Amino acid sequence: MNIDYSQELPVIERRISLAEIDRLISKPLDEKPDKKFFIALSITGTLLLIGVISISYLFLYGTGVWGLNQPVGWAFDITNFVFWVGIGHAGTLISAILYLLRQKWRTGIARFAEAMTIFAVMCAGIFPIIHMGRPWLAGYLMPYPNQHGLWVNFTSPLVWDVFAVSTYFTVSLVFWYVGLIPDFGLLRDRTASTLKKSIYSIFSLGWRNSHRNWQHYEKAYMLLAGFATPLVLSVHTIVSFDFAVSIIPGWHTTIFPPYFVAGAIFSGFAMVVTVLIFVRKVFDLQHIITLNHLDKMNKIILATSMMVGYAYGMEFFIAWYSGNPSEQFVFINRAFGPYAWAYWIMVTCNVLIPQLFWFKKIRTTIPIMLVIVIFVNVGMWFERFVITVTSLHRDFLPSSWGYFVPSIFDLGTLIGSFGLFFTLVLLFTKTLPVVAMSELKAVAEGAQPSHNGGKH
Amino acid sequence: MSERKLFGITVLFHTPDEIIHAASKVREAGYKNYDVHTPYPLHGMDAAMNLKPSKLGYITLAFGLFGAAFALLFMYWAMSIDYPMIIGGKPFFALPAFIPITFEVTVLLATLATVISMLAFFFKFPFNSHPLHDTPYMKAVSSDKYGICIEADDVLFDLEKVKALYKELNGQNITEIYSSVVEPFKIFEPKFLTLLTLVALLTSGATYITLNKLLYITPFDWLMNQSRVNVQSKSTFYADGFGMRKPVEGSVARNFIPYEYMGLIAPVVPLSNTLIPSNDILSLGKKRFLTFCSPCHGNYGDGDSRLNNQFPNPPSLHSEKVRGWQDGNIYHVIVNGQNVMPSYASQLSRDERWAVIHYIRVLQKAKNASPSEIIEAKKEILSNVAK
Repeated sequence: MNIDYSQELPVIERRISLAEIDRLISKPLDEKPDKKFFIALSITGTLLLIGVISISYLFLYGTGVWGLNQPVGWAFDITNFVFWVGIGHAGTLISAILYLLRQKWRTGIARFAEAMTIFAVMCAGIFPIIHMGRPWLAGYLMPYPNQHGLWVNFTSPLVWDVFAVSTYFTVSLVFWYVGLIPDFGLLRDRTASTLKKSIYSIFSLGWRNSHRNWQHYEKAYMLLAGFATPLVLSVHTIVSFDFAVSIIPGWHTTIFPPYFVAGAIFSGFAMVVTVLIFVRKVFDLQHIITLNHLDKMNKIILATSMMVGYAYGMEFFIAWYSGNPSEQFVFINRAFGPYAWAYWIMVTCNVLIPQLFWFKKIRTTIPIMLVIVIFVNVGMWFERFVITVTSLHRDFLPSSWGYFVPSIFDLGTLIGSFGLFFTLVLLFTKTLPVVAMSELKAVAEGAQPSHNGGKH
Repeated sequence: MSERKLFGITVLFHTPDEIIHAASKVREAGYKNYDVHTPYPLHGMDAAMNLKPSKLGYITLAFGLFGAAFALLFMYWAMSIDYPMIIGGKPFFALPAFIPITFEVTVLLATLATVISMLAFFFKFPFNSHPLHDTPYMKAVSSDKYGICIEADDVLFDLEKVKALYKELNGQNITEIYSSVVEPFKIFEPKFLTLLTLVALLTSGATYITLNKLLYITPFDWLMNQSRVNVQSKSTFYADGFGMRKPVEGSVARNFIPYEYMGLIAPVVPLSNTLIPSNDILSLGKKRFLTFCSPCHGNYGDGDSRLNNQFPNPPSLHSEKVRGWQDGNIYHVIVNGQNVMPSYASQLSRDERWAVIHYIRVLQKAKNASPSEIIEAKKEILSNVAK
């Protein structure tokens, strides 16, 4: 093959005019939702309802309805929390890190990935709150001057988590909204409906496309990207501290922060690819979210898969090299003990199956890609399950060993979180532009001044 | 409509190259109050308009530093001064453990300050009443055209000259934009007043319900509220309304059978010991004696405790008088008290009192044995050993 790597592929396939970008991307917002949309919404709504029922039952009867008990005191709740926070990391990575690295191809998928970040963090935020016996006391997690004269323990990883996740959510939301302001301005100027116009006007804040504003706007975007980059790394690092700062063998490892961050990007990209495959088909965006995009995302999935695989191997190496019998027992038990099935599902889905992405043919074939990324999602959920449950179920005291089996309410809550996520994604596709129009125009062919015939 | 004020004159261009060229020409012509409107940020426009670099970064820096300092100092104050507590053997000021939160607060404050100051102070948003809104010009520049607007309040502004400049640059759709006449807002309009009233009612109602009702709802109170009469609460069952009842006449609390000679100096017919001095009873008696009696009477009943010379000296239990007493007399003193010794009725149960008396007898015997008795005891011990 003869590919010229010095020339970047165009971000948008086939030359389309700027006005056509507007029309194409705001089409789902201009049209009334069709039958297919309502069928999809009813499915995700049903899943969401299952979650609502499970959580109501939990609130009514307490955490005893879950399958967890001594010695496995943390199971689905923390597994789901870490899983969803991880999913969220792809969005910020695409919008911030790829922005700083000047990867133009990110513009087609950034808005969508950012939205998924926000929804995923919302799903994640549910679990720490519902896993407390008395969820209405969640406010105690925030330091505020109270009549007890007490402060939260600022040296506890669980309090760091509260700060990290809430900061992450706020910053992601602000970042997303800042990106949306010019698009709200455009929608306001396009729409014919008075009601829509008032709503868009309110959210556009009176955006005028003025270059005196664009100048500060670009600066702000760069600053936000600069902050979001260490933030995204810090959040999953702190989530990993929940485990790593404890003294349970199998948790107490220094490799956790980078291992968790790589895993988060891995699972997040898999989820973004899963959803984008449908979105580009349903909304006819094949030449804006191109196969080239999916190809590049799959390369990142392959790279992070190998990082995760390295971490799995390194954990075993350190268990042997440390000479610590408890650590060795935990890892042998993890691979060959009662939860060996979960461990090998994890290894197969996360390390072995993504190796298929070495082939360009597979990276650009949608059905195969879809199957692989779904396996990755499954595998990454099992990774968190394996870390949490296998480390706990056989602790130092053999008489208290146990085997965790999820109850129907554990499963219902997990299903419900998927319902919430996909319901929000569906509503998002119909209410907001799924691609950042102003950003996309800026990278379209011929959109930037040629500076007198391309001579810089 | 002579009241309508001219805001500025707009012109549209079709390509990025044209607008960059036009913007630099407008700047070269000396205009200050003009703006370029493009659907997306154009590279090279800062130079064409000769804009100074954005000062937004200073705000980010200031608030970021403030956030870091605030978080660190606050945690220092809370964990070292306001409520110092040692957690996990860390020092009060555990810097490594404070870093995650310091970082998060820094990012949060810097981000929010950057965005809010950009929108509110740099852009003066929200500004939906700007004259350029709702014009064909704005619709064009938000989609795919590039426009310049020279504003009427520029010192060099002259309608004909500006139009001539635009024509010279080959601009399209040259339009005059007028500010809509600003009507003084009528505060006493009924609609507005109704809205204000509604908002006031809603706010106060919501506040009332939140503070007085919602905050006092206990979500799950099954343990708190059970179907029984609680201490100090009212009863609807009894006519007098008292929830707490007096026991039936003649009720005796468990282990508190009344002592019939209470208050007498010396009972006429003393009680006799109900227990047999077995090993268990003697060790119980020793335990209780050491707990309740020894503080005054001494560990061996000699009256030589450390309270000597601080109170009226506690008597020895080895005196002829006490040794001569029947068990019932000692029992009476324990229950009733004597001189400065208070009653031990509530500390010692009946069996414990008798056990203590057995132990006192053992002490007395040990301290006052005759030589022949000691020889007998030695013989007994030796025969026990031989067995």
